[in-house]
Amino acid sequence: MDTHNRSLDHDRAEHAGEMHIVRPPLYIAIFLSLLALTALTTGMSYVDLGVFNAVIALAIACFKASLVVLFFMHIHYSSRLLKMTVGAGLFTFMLLISLTMTDYISRAWGRF
Amino acid sequence: MDSQAYASATDTLPAEHGHPPFLRHHFESVSQQREAANFGMWVFLLTEVMFFGGMFCAYLIFRNWYHPAFVAGSNTLDITLGTTNTAVLIASSFTMAMSVYAAEIRRRGMLMFFLACTIVLGFVFLGIKGVEYHQKFVDHHVPGPSFSIEEFVHPSNPKALALTPDMAEKTQLYFSLYFLMTGMHALHMIIGISLLFFLLWRAYKGAYTEGHVMPIENFGLYWHFVDIIWIFLFPLLYLISRYR
Repeated sequence: MDTHNRSLDHDRAEHAGEMHIVRPPLYIAIFLSLLALTALTTGMSYVDLGVFNAVIALAIACFKASLVVLFFMHIHYSSRLLKMTVGAGLFTFMLLISLTMTDYISRAWGRF
Repeated sequence: MDSQAYASATDTLPAEHGHPPFLRHHFESVSQQREAANFGMWVFLLTEVMFFGGMFCAYLIFRNWYHPAFVAGSNTLDITLGTTNTAVLIASSFTMAMSVYAAEIRRRGMLMFFLACTIVLGFVFLGIKGVEYHQKFVDHHVPGPSFSIEEFVHPSNPKALALTPDMAEKTQLYFSLYFLMTGMHALHMIIGISLLFFLLWRAYKGAYTEGHVMPIENFGLYWHFVDIIWIFLFPLLYLISRYR
């Protein structure tokens, strides 16, 4: 009950015009992390890891994209409405990829 | 609050009513207007995700089908230029994030400085991309009548596998997708830079440092989205098929 009231207060505070302002030190930290991850992913591409080269490169890309969405695009501080919207987009994209790939990957299975 | 009730309440107010000029009457508060606009922007970005998603999907499928051709095509790209461009674009995202901060703390000069930095970095990215495109024309690696499979049938790189002429022809598919995806990305950058010039001019007039952060913030979402597309294009096109 108490937490419910607090979240209502929080919503009211948001509507009163108090949007969260992200400070430069955080932006700088995210910027440097993104640069470090770029160096890491380029470096990893010179190491032979078989199929894991693609897996690791895409995992790093997903992590970088998450940093951008959460902090540069403020989703970490946004309302549940916006978090839900981003989630819906991600889900629809996964449907696009996975439903198309179920057919093609199962046909080409073992060839790559 | 019921929006209908609010609209009729404001009708009775005199012309000089108590809200900022940029707050539309159908919104209860500036932050509500800002969130509604953010929501609309995100819905637009979701359509963009599906637009680029289709191309990513095509790339994944054809890479599966003609893997040797895609590996050979990918290795003709300049990894140094690709990595540099990734860093440039990330830097431009950072300066864009700082622009939003400058608008939030209402500093006009700082806002104009960071918007200008974003424009410059955007042009640097396009310039480097232009150098890469130019090299493709020089090498006859642009799909079409002038395309040459010579490099893929008799590779100059000792690490490269020589392809049969049949498979070597499929490198055209790799380069078609390369030009389609990076070209669409570059088009988004060009649109973004054009909008940035407009925002810079409006910022100079003081439009965004009186509490009206929303246009800067929404443009920021677009710019970061374009950055995210590149974050995925870079490993897919340049990195995952390197010869080792």
